[in-house]
Amino acid sequence: MSNENVIQVERLTKTFGNFTAVNAISFEVKKGEIFGFLGANGAGKTTAMKMLIGISKPTSGEATIAGFDVYKHAEDIKKNIGYMSQKFALYDDLTVKENIAFFGGIYGLSRKIIKEKSKHLIEELGLVDVANKLVGALPLGWKQKLSFSVSLLHNPKIVFLDEPTGGVDPITRRQFWEMIYKAANQGTTVFVTTHYMDEAEYCDRVSIMVNGKIEALDTPKKLKAQFKVEHMNDVFLKLARHTE
Amino acid sequence: MKRFKGFITKEFYHIFRDKRSLFILFGMPIAQIMLFGFAITNEINNVDIAILDHAKDINTTEIINKISASKHFNINQYIEKESDIEAIFKKGKIKAVLNFENDFSKKLVKEHQASIQLITDATDPNTANTISNYLNAILIQYQKEINQDITLNYQIIPQTRMVFNPELKSVYMFVPGVMTIILMLVSAMMTSISITKEKELGTMEILLVSPIKPIQVIVGKVFPYIFLSIINAIIIVTLSLFIFKMPIQGSILLLGLESVLFIITALSLGILISTISETQQTAMMISLMGLMLPVILLSGFIFPISSMPLPLQLISNIIPAKWFIIIIKGIMLKGVGIQFIWKETLILIGMTVFFIVLSVKNYKIRLE
Amino acid sequence: MSITVTNISKSYKNVEALKDVSFNVKSGELFGLIGPDGAGKTTLFRILTTLLKANSGTASVTGFDVVTDYKDIRNCVGYMPGKFSLYQDLTIEENLNFFATIFNTTLEENYELIKDIYVQIEPFKNRRAGQLSGGMKQKLALCCALIHKPKVLFLDEPTTGVDPVSRKEFWEMLKRLQQKHITILVSTPYMDEAALCDRIALIQDGEILQIDTPKAMISHHKKDIYNVSAHNMYQLINVLKQYKHQHSVYPFGAFVHYTDSRTDFNMADLKAYLESKSLSEIKIEKTLPTIEDTFMELATT
Repeated sequence: MSNENVIQVERLTKTFGNFTAVNAISFEVKKGEIFGFLGANGAGKTTAMKMLIGISKPTSGEATIAGFDVYKHAEDIKKNIGYMSQKFALYDDLTVKENIAFFGGIYGLSRKIIKEKSKHLIEELGLVDVANKLVGALPLGWKQKLSFSVSLLHNPKIVFLDEPTGGVDPITRRQFWEMIYKAANQGTTVFVTTHYMDEAEYCDRVSIMVNGKIEALDTPKKLKAQFKVEHMNDVFLKLARHTE
Repeated sequence: MKRFKGFITKEFYHIFRDKRSLFILFGMPIAQIMLFGFAITNEINNVDIAILDHAKDINTTEIINKISASKHFNINQYIEKESDIEAIFKKGKIKAVLNFENDFSKKLVKEHQASIQLITDATDPNTANTISNYLNAILIQYQKEINQDITLNYQIIPQTRMVFNPELKSVYMFVPGVMTIILMLVSAMMTSISITKEKELGTMEILLVSPIKPIQVIVGKVFPYIFLSIINAIIIVTLSLFIFKMPIQGSILLLGLESVLFIITALSLGILISTISETQQTAMMISLMGLMLPVILLSGFIFPISSMPLPLQLISNIIPAKWFIIIIKGIMLKGVGIQFIWKETLILIGMTVFFIVLSVKNYKIRLE
Repeated sequence: MSITVTNISKSYKNVEALKDVSFNVKSGELFGLIGPDGAGKTTLFRILTTLLKANSGTASVTGFDVVTDYKDIRNCVGYMPGKFSLYQDLTIEENLNFFATIFNTTLEENYELIKDIYVQIEPFKNRRAGQLSGGMKQKLALCCALIHKPKVLFLDEPTTGVDPVSRKEFWEMLKRLQQKHITILVSTPYMDEAALCDRIALIQDGEILQIDTPKAMISHHKKDIYNVSAHNMYQLINVLKQYKHQHSVYPFGAFVHYTDSRTDFNMADLKAYLESKSLSEIKIEKTLPTIEDTFMELATT
């Protein structure tokens, strides 16, 4: 982890009519950091993330992602980040290879590079036997791992993961986190949203959003000490109860 | 009974809360009738025509006056020679040219026969055909008038007659078709969508794991749409009666009963579709492709069945809409009673029973 | 016995969803079925709620056979499918009334049973279900499943996608329902919820790995588990995996859960090895296994 900030957010706000979904949040994320972005349903996580990945314009505030301003350079942001969500990851009706080629293609990789990367990736994930099978036929855990690798195809500076491991078996989940550690170790910043608290313990730092505001932001260890509890789950419960 | 009532109440909540569908449900018949009645029409109005009058005598002048007095035609130009005809057609504004031969009146008196050449721009064959029909009608009319005074029968052109729709009002032809489409769409598509919606939402699972009987679910789903379809049928008939002044020759009661029969046929088709589709999207696709297209193309609504190739004629027999169109055309335009349409009615009843038996056989008390 | 499952197998086209599954649930028990997505939990629920037929094996609920007596079962069980199945365009009250009428009962008749859940959503009773938060939808779905006072309650992943606060409240509600003598079979992909059940079955790939009380399940864990941490997590995992005596290495939050293949393991050896691989801030301490550790141990053997 270096000291270079790849995400810098200053009083970022989004309102829908009278409703303030995201209320002046500020934070920064360093290069190679694993940053957990937590919050209950409806706390404003998704809205905030949409602004960060350049698909929703903030109402006010500043944000710079990978050196690009969210207002002026949304298109440049999209080129420099990877995105994976639990809901949409890969096309079930395309094969493993076709999915890789398609996503490589939309990020403008040359055919030669796609071919190289595709071969490497399929070998690394142990998908050689199923490379020409439809993704829909793969077990969920494999899909999630493949999807994560695909989001890293174009060497993005930051990868945004939206609840990546829901429902996955414990072993695959750990393999998934090993992949995240590896990516972070190679300098990719990992931004994870989740409302599963055990997931939070894997992160370098976590922020907890409640009703549109970031109510806590620190390393899991310090947060637990601050709230005098044993698990991140209890930190979350205390915060949520406190503000209700 | 309480269960059933509760179920129907719920269905009406769904229907009345989905404002968009409700709007389509009732907006569609009105829009379609208006569209077919006004916009897509075989009627012609203010068509520009040109006259090439070699005779310039009393009869040709009278004919020209008659034509220019009609609201259908507008005499735009007089030309002098045959060679001009092609040039004015090329400009595109003039749709027809009337060419009176030399000594028109003289020939009419002496030879009892005079000819007019009618040249129409057939780039749009339908319009050309209609224009010539209209002009013919005017000429026939004129012929009748001059024959009143004189005992000799002057012949200008062969006579044509339009039966059942003497004014060639296209809306009369379209109302039965539109009514068929709307009833089919509302009844079949809406029921199939509303049943598959429960499957998609997962509420069907809960309904299955409850003491409510499958037949109660089906009838409960269908009942509101019978009601809505009847309202739709009434709207369509009322519109055609009051806006297009379309006469209903036959019995309104018979028309109503036949419509209810057709609605039930369509509903049973809808149930059948829902038993074979898992998602609303599939149900919609099957309803649109499987029902709408045949209804429009093969029912005789737009293209006459008698001019179709034999295989298509045979296929058209299994389309319920074909029989319903025959029935309502009979009642509305010809004013026939049940003695003339009992065969078609029996066919519809047979189809309905078939669909219902098939759906009940297909209906699952489990998920697979 | 409230639920008996004997040698149930079920396969779809080319997937074996359940392989010879057997277990029993006692009357009044809160029984948890714990496993990842695709383990076969939903298939099992659907067989027990008479929605699917098994290929082989038998099962009964409150003494009724799931195939032949399906009508009796449908009268006396409550079921909450994976997606909370509510009518989004109906209000809370309308949803409840609807489910009450199809079970031939009324909201008032069994009000006592749902009272403490219903009061939490009652202030919003005129709000449509589609506009409720995840936690409220979950409470409404539970009320709907309870409205006819079922003897057995089937809850298929009721806490998936729900935030921790709502999850905690939900389990508290289940505990209270259990005191009213309702047998509850609940499934969840979250291992941390296992401890809240009387007994649990761990399930993966259509097979039951083990059935026991949560406490006994953990105590059966064979290997000692050590929490290991160092300055760089990624390096630590790689180095540990290369260690010749390692038995399993799993990241576990801020630590790595390490088990050793030897019987006479000592921490100093491992620490020395890690230091030799230039890791710093090394900490090693013995820790207690969790259900997740047990699951992984069972799944790999």
